[in-house]
Amino acid sequence: MSMRELTFAQAIREALDEELARDERIFVLGEDVGAWGGVFRCTEGLFQKYGAERIIDTPLSEEGYIGLAVGAAMTGMHPVPELMFGDFITLAMDQIVNQAAKMRYMTGGQVQVPITIRVTMGGGRSSGGQHSQSWHAWMAHVPGLKVVVPSTPYDAKGLLKTALREPNPVVFFEDKVMYSKIKGPVPEEEYTIPFGKADVKREGKDVSLIAISRMVHPTLAAAEKLAAEGISAEVIDPRTLTPLDEETLIKSVAKTGGAVIIDEGYNHFGTTAELAATIAYGAFDFLDAPIERLGAMDVPIPFSPQLEFATIPDEAAIILAVHRILDGRRR
Amino acid sequence: MPARKTQTAILPLPPDELRELYRKMLTIRIFEETVFDVYRKGLMPGLAHLSDGQEATPVGVCAALRLDDTITSTHRGHGHIIAKGGQVEPMMAEVMGKVTGYCRGKGGEMHIADVSLGILGANGIVGGGIGIAAGSAFTAKREGKGRVSVAFFGDGAINQGILYETANIAVLWKLPLIYVCENNQYTEFTNYHKLTSGEGLVARAKAMGMNALEVDGNDVLAVYQAAHEMVEAARKGKGPATLVCQTFRYGGHHVGEPGTAYRSKEEITEWKARDPIPAFEKILLNHKVIAPSDIETMHDQIHTQLQEAVATAQEAPFPEVKEVGEHVYA
Repeated sequence: MSMRELTFAQAIREALDEELARDERIFVLGEDVGAWGGVFRCTEGLFQKYGAERIIDTPLSEEGYIGLAVGAAMTGMHPVPELMFGDFITLAMDQIVNQAAKMRYMTGGQVQVPITIRVTMGGGRSSGGQHSQSWHAWMAHVPGLKVVVPSTPYDAKGLLKTALREPNPVVFFEDKVMYSKIKGPVPEEEYTIPFGKADVKREGKDVSLIAISRMVHPTLAAAEKLAAEGISAEVIDPRTLTPLDEETLIKSVAKTGGAVIIDEGYNHFGTTAELAATIAYGAFDFLDAPIERLGAMDVPIPFSPQLEFATIPDEAAIILAVHRILDGRRR
Repeated sequence: MPARKTQTAILPLPPDELRELYRKMLTIRIFEETVFDVYRKGLMPGLAHLSDGQEATPVGVCAALRLDDTITSTHRGHGHIIAKGGQVEPMMAEVMGKVTGYCRGKGGEMHIADVSLGILGANGIVGGGIGIAAGSAFTAKREGKGRVSVAFFGDGAINQGILYETANIAVLWKLPLIYVCENNQYTEFTNYHKLTSGEGLVARAKAMGMNALEVDGNDVLAVYQAAHEMVEAARKGKGPATLVCQTFRYGGHHVGEPGTAYRSKEEITEWKARDPIPAFEKILLNHKVIAPSDIETMHDQIHTQLQEAVATAQEAPFPEVKEVGEHVYA
């Protein structure tokens, strides 16, 4: 395969471009996604290429345009609404949770709702309490939705293309810090990545580090430093929360005997709790130490960097957690 | 008072279609009475939200629609579904939680849908179906076949945000979307005047640049004529419209309460004197579209049909528990 380096945003844009060209049922809508190209540049050039009928600027009416997208999906289209900031998902909650997620079930299977909601997540930009939150666990709590949390340009493109071929509602989380800062190899050739398949980002044998979305990157950096200490850490990226590849997580922990789960969503009733429960059940006999959960601190996201960075797990916190596990094992 | 009444000198539809409207109104009335009976006898789980008294609005609106037009409905949706062509047998089975129901017993009386008839579902969230209706209108415009979408909602939804969010979009994008407000005067247990500021939905819709009209929602032909004009304009690409139909529900908010604690006897009596079914009967008899014996025959036929629907649903199995995990994902 011939590779080139793309940013996370370029990979998203390329997936949209290819799928818009493939399937005329697909259309993009959201706030400033059209001529402006999206506040994070993910739709740059698409308006010029596909026109105002398919790359549609909406009023600031999240409930309205997501509701419209649900109805368009039920009648044969594949809408791709963008929620500029994941925090705004609250404004469209009824349409996502009570309508999109349940329509197929409540009608006894009469309809499909192929809608792909692209939404950002992640703090670290001094954007304050209403532009920094990560609500993937909320979405993963709802039966009927599929939830995607890619960490690399390669995964983002392959998973978004899969989402755009899905007959089900998908909530696709993109960490906005990664848009321009994370670059990676992406093949020129066509490819997709199936949902429900975790990716082992680094193989290891002493401890399993399970990281969500952007947290994969400080986790890989921590694994590199741990290697210098002679500790072999395995880094696993679930890539999708629904469906969840339980098997890969459990097998890894069965091999290593220890697990740290790293996420930018809240710990309390969050993704780290669910994954810890999955591992505790599936790999109970193999655990040498309690599972470590590193989620965002359970406070509203603060503005000042000194405070904000204290709420988000980082490389140092991951290394400390690994040491706690290994120390526990020696006891 | 309602702004517009039927001019009955010339009837707007041919006799067979008028008889069909009458049959549908009667079917809704008897369906709702039968559901109440089914509830009282303990033959259904949960509660039901009945629309007897409101028959003219859904029947008048749906008379203006084609098979491929779509509707979204409300928690009080049985009338809309029958008016759009829904069959009473799978409806009754759904009400009773049986696997032979429209939604295999997974939806219940508040969530009946028949997508093949353009019924995109009743909805348990007040205003919840309005977004779906806007989306169907979006698809219709894209298809370019003159199809329209109707959002039925009650006076409660007048104050839901999604109504205005989609209305703004529908006007901007000229979507073929008809907003039909069935104002039965009471938002659950409170008169809508106490909950709604200003001059009401017609004024609000007009302020957004939308054609809007209020009609006597108990006058099926007035409803039909207004809906027909709006629907045909929407088919021609002239964009959305709002139709407010003033009507009244005879029963309570649901079958578990009679609706008498918060509505006066006088008010109920006054509305019952304007019952949509005898009013339409009178017009049909005057124009000799129907004979008194036809009315009797039709009444008996529908009554028998409903009794058979209940008996069949009673004999039908409940869904098997193994089905509980099906239809979550496609």
